[in-house]
Amino acid sequence: MRLPAFWPLPRTWQGWLTTALFAFMYGPILVLTVYSFNDSIRYTSVWQGFSLKWYESLFQDTRIFRALQDTLFVAIVAVAISSVLGTLMAIGLAKYYFPGKGVYRGVSYLPLIIPDISIAVATLVFLASLAIPLSIWTIIAAHMVFCLAYIAVVVSSRLGSLDPNLEEAALDLGATPAQALIQVLLPQLMPAIVAGCLLAFVLSVDDLLISSFTAGGGANPLPLEIFSRIRNGVKPDMNALSVLLILASGMIAALGEYLRYKGSMTDG
Amino acid sequence: MSQTVSPSIASPQTQQVLDVELRQVSKYFGGEAAIQDIDLKIREGEFFSILGPSGCGKTTTLRLIAGFEQPSAGMVLIQGRDMSRTPAHRRSVNTVFQSYALFNHMTVKDNIAFGLRVKRMGRSQREQRVADALQLVKMGSFAHRYPQQLSGGQKQRVALARALVNRPAVMLLDEPLGALDLKLRKQMQVELTNLHQQLGITFVMVTHDQEEALSLSNRIAVMKDGDIEQIGTPSEIYDYPQTPFVADFIGETNLLQGEVEFADSQMLRLLTPEGTTVLVNRSEANLPDLKTAVVSVRPENIRLSQEAPLNEGNCYSGYVKHIMYLGTHLHCVVQLQTGERLTVMQPNRSEQSLTPETPVYVSWLPSDCLALAA
Repeated sequence: MRLPAFWPLPRTWQGWLTTALFAFMYGPILVLTVYSFNDSIRYTSVWQGFSLKWYESLFQDTRIFRALQDTLFVAIVAVAISSVLGTLMAIGLAKYYFPGKGVYRGVSYLPLIIPDISIAVATLVFLASLAIPLSIWTIIAAHMVFCLAYIAVVVSSRLGSLDPNLEEAALDLGATPAQALIQVLLPQLMPAIVAGCLLAFVLSVDDLLISSFTAGGGANPLPLEIFSRIRNGVKPDMNALSVLLILASGMIAALGEYLRYKGSMTDG
Repeated sequence: MSQTVSPSIASPQTQQVLDVELRQVSKYFGGEAAIQDIDLKIREGEFFSILGPSGCGKTTTLRLIAGFEQPSAGMVLIQGRDMSRTPAHRRSVNTVFQSYALFNHMTVKDNIAFGLRVKRMGRSQREQRVADALQLVKMGSFAHRYPQQLSGGQKQRVALARALVNRPAVMLLDEPLGALDLKLRKQMQVELTNLHQQLGITFVMVTHDQEEALSLSNRIAVMKDGDIEQIGTPSEIYDYPQTPFVADFIGETNLLQGEVEFADSQMLRLLTPEGTTVLVNRSEANLPDLKTAVVSVRPENIRLSQEAPLNEGNCYSGYVKHIMYLGTHLHCVVQLQTGERLTVMQPNRSEQSLTPETPVYVSWLPSDCLALAA
């Protein structure tokens, strides 16, 4: 049987399977988005008409904005410090030869594999044993553990695809080692550094587990705030907040990927 | 005749100015010697090639001159000055890398200007020098392109210009044409020669391509396993190789090894294990000193005929084992009755009808082959 020329549904079983998988992954998010516009009095699965009132109530919630401030502060500081250290780490690991380099390299990327819960518990126990009080700075320190590893991995992979003679070429032309780093190596690494930072930023904003173990009374990042509210029943304004978060993270992640792609295109 | 570099300190009576000198230089990487006790004297203005198979230490030698590596022992001198304490960025040499190593975030013009900019040359003078360099490599119309918009040959020209614009005492070229296809390579060989003659600066080129080395260089150093086997002009290297390795690596050759049956100051007679007798009257070594020897005979010096030849040199009968058509020449492998196989390069003449299994005679004069110490 021939299908008509315009046929919006998949034509093969592979197509159907793909559609089903996408529906499985994104269905809940779609439902969440739809219900964030529901004109209801409290959380209900009954559609009662379109409304922006949950968004309005969200924007009037000062607790949410304080939590957002904490989250952004943690993410920006952790990523800023990690971007410098992670880039230096990647360059150092690529450039110098020393005994045990392979082990060192493996260990420095380990935070990507270690479960968050282990990092969270280990950090908490460590801080407690040194009697360091929990604060927003302890969250930043804990977030740096994975931000650093993440940025170093992205920068390393870019370094690996660069011409190994670039720095030598700059030195050969009379540049000092500092000039070679700043004028030649860093500009070529910049797309990867920015991409790594954006992805680390999203991970930091998203983190609940590590933050919940390392936050003291003073700091209350957004995921913690959402989690504590949902324990007393889901309110539709949390739907609205989730939708905004998904949009923001999606945009940042897409920008990061785009920069990484653009960077890899200039290898020529 | 062929010239060996003596390990002694430069003798005062030589008037030649040396641009690069390596004295007893060794380089070890984690206990393994990349090069060992190398002596090298490169004269001002010459086109000097370092030739050898991969892993022979030729690139390491170049990197020692550039300053990217420090010698484990010995001394590198550039224009008579010891370079031990001079880092790469303060040496008056510039390198063209095999991978070109162009800066992809800069235009062609900025790539070329980079060296002058870090040396803080004034803007107007810099622009002039860059424009001249662009013209020299015929890339004037590409000044505002980015490297990734250029072809391999164009990148090669930019890499050359980026080095030349600094007017170095010595240009170092690491397999400069290695990444180009054959036709472009031939073209760039001509341009390299022109550039060298125009600029009059010393070129030191590393290559594994013996044809490239022969056609471009004033002198060649042949390296093997971290050692220099021979230094000489292309014709010295080709016609008077000093070791079997050089004979075999430069061009194609047939090597016959055996016992010396008889030798006087004029002539040497060699007997191979297969029972072939070869007469030789040419050698770098003193003929009567040789007990065992290797005879090198070039494929193009062997005559191939279907009738018994008249000359009284080395003449053997056999049959064609394998034949390869090369257009201008036929490349034949001839199986001798005694058992050896010889490669013969035969001009392609239409009257010949050589096919595998054709019985043939091969012959060459004792003066057309060379006896080497085994």
